Amino acid sequence: MRYALLIHYPQPAPSTLTEGDIEEGKAAFHAYAKALDDAGVLLSAEVLQTIASATSVSVKQGKLQVQDGPFADTKEAFAGIFMLDVPDLDAALAWAEKCPAARWGTVEIRPSAVRFIDGAWTSAT
Amino acid sequence: MAGAESAHLLTGYAAARAEELARAAYGRLLAILAARDGDIESAEDCLAEAFAQALRSWPETGVPGNPAAWLLTVARNRQRDIRRSAAHRLSDPLDDVMRGIARGTGPGGVNGGVHAAALSTMQELDPDAIPDRRLALLFVCAHPAIDPVVRTPLMLQVVLGFDTGQIARAFVVPTATMAQRLFRAKRRIHDARIPFVVPERGQMAERITPVLEAIYGAYAIDFPLVAGTEPRDSLAAESHYLAATLADLLPDEPEALGLAALISLSLARRPARGKGDELVPLDEQDPSLWDAELIALGERYLHRAHTLERVGRFQIEAAIQSVHCARATSGVTDWRALRTLHAALLSIAPTLGARVAYAAAVGRVEGAGAGLEALDAIEDEAAQRFQPAWAARAHLLAETSRAGEAVAAYEHAISLTTDNRARRYLQRRCARLLGGGRRL
Repeated sequence: MRYALLIHYPQPAPSTLTEGDIEEGKAAFHAYAKALDDAGVLLSAEVLQTIASATSVSVKQGKLQVQDGPFADTKEAFAGIFMLDVPDLDAALAWAEKCPAARWGTVEIRPSAVRFIDGAWTSAT
Repeated sequence: MAGAESAHLLTGYAAARAEELARAAYGRLLAILAARDGDIESAEDCLAEAFAQALRSWPETGVPGNPAAWLLTVARNRQRDIRRSAAHRLSDPLDDVMRGIARGTGPGGVNGGVHAAALSTMQELDPDAIPDRRLALLFVCAHPAIDPVVRTPLMLQVVLGFDTGQIARAFVVPTATMAQRLFRAKRRIHDARIPFVVPERGQMAERITPVLEAIYGAYAIDFPLVAGTEPRDSLAAESHYLAATLADLLPDEPEALGLAALISLSLARRPARGKGDELVPLDEQDPSLWDAELIALGERYLHRAHTLERVGRFQIEAAIQSVHCARATSGVTDWRALRTLHAALLSIAPTLGARVAYAAAVGRVEGAGAGLEALDAIEDEAAQRFQPAWAARAHLLAETSRAGEAVAAYEHAISLTTDNRARRYLQRRCARLLGGGRRL
């Protein structure tokens, strides 16, 4: 079963993070991704730039709207995604709990519904 | 890897011991300085300034006859200066806030750099030259009014002198977050006037529990990734030091002795816990790798605790460790004694972990079927997600003829295992079962 771990945490003001904090964060994420990879459950991992670089697009009003900024301006912003292949929710929970970002933000677990593979949408289960 | 790791463990332990004198003196000095008005932050700053001054003047003047008293005098004078100047100016409420912010940013706070050098200078110190008020400081750190998550970090900082950056790395939180937590706790101690006293006899039983738990917290810390990381090893040694200090300061408190025994006996087995990149469970470890000196120390604590005849959770856990360690001399594990001890532990601390451990012991004494029944009797939804419960179930099933179920249980346990070394061990056990099945 494929699960997305969606990572949300407060966007830090650049001035509040020291070099040391950033290095610590990198080291923690490195160890985490390495452990997932060693366990053979990691499909992909991506950490995003801050919401300052976000651009949102919508055509739902009938014409193109391009907005400078994130879709939802919340205190905890979407910051990255880990795609895992594990047997069940309990296994996904065990890994989510170990995510470094769970210590300073929230990790949302979402099971995959369908995915596009070999030219067709396929049930993820 | 096993060799390198145990060497690392030993280095960590020896280093912690070498710094023991320095640490003892640091905690003793701070306990005296902070007790005056409960202002730990200011006491830390004044002590850091005293260290800095020592580093400047001792190389020229030589180390004074009683270096600790010298440092205490300099730090106290500094405290007095601060109080005087504070009385002469209008207090600015923003000042304290700014001080907290300044602390929150730099790794290790303002005096992180001075600190390491000062610690080595402190090796010259004789801690016994300073009255020992650390007990009161430990009770302040684990006061019921202090947030439980910050109690262990607070002890590491004020009793042992670790800087914020080191503590943040050990707990895997950003330095700024840890700085903020420590700052808030110290403010609370000062503002709420938490007294620097050792609780009265009548209150002791109640008040000592959070102290013991905070110290044990440094040993049993649950890291996000549990692959024998560096901070985990060194914190184990620090936790041992704190437990030993508490036991020495409270020689008539059986649970303080029990905790010191528990950590000594568990720490003794650490060198045997890994083979290559695989975890070696307790009953498969090579006892010749265990630290005999630490085992003897643990046994002494446990023996003294027993003579006081007031049993408690940490003493029972230590006794369980003691039974396992006895294999080093007897060559066998007394599972009957373990089942009795696990049952006793269940009656006073029925945690999920304790219930699973009891079921495993029952399985050893009465057979796998009885063990599985004990596991099934655990009525707790969390057991479904509890990795040790699935690992125990898999081991028990493997002993019955239900190989298919055992493999399924192993696979489930493996899916819940985030520690690579533990997973490799389970994978090997599972593979052995599959291999055996094919041969039949």
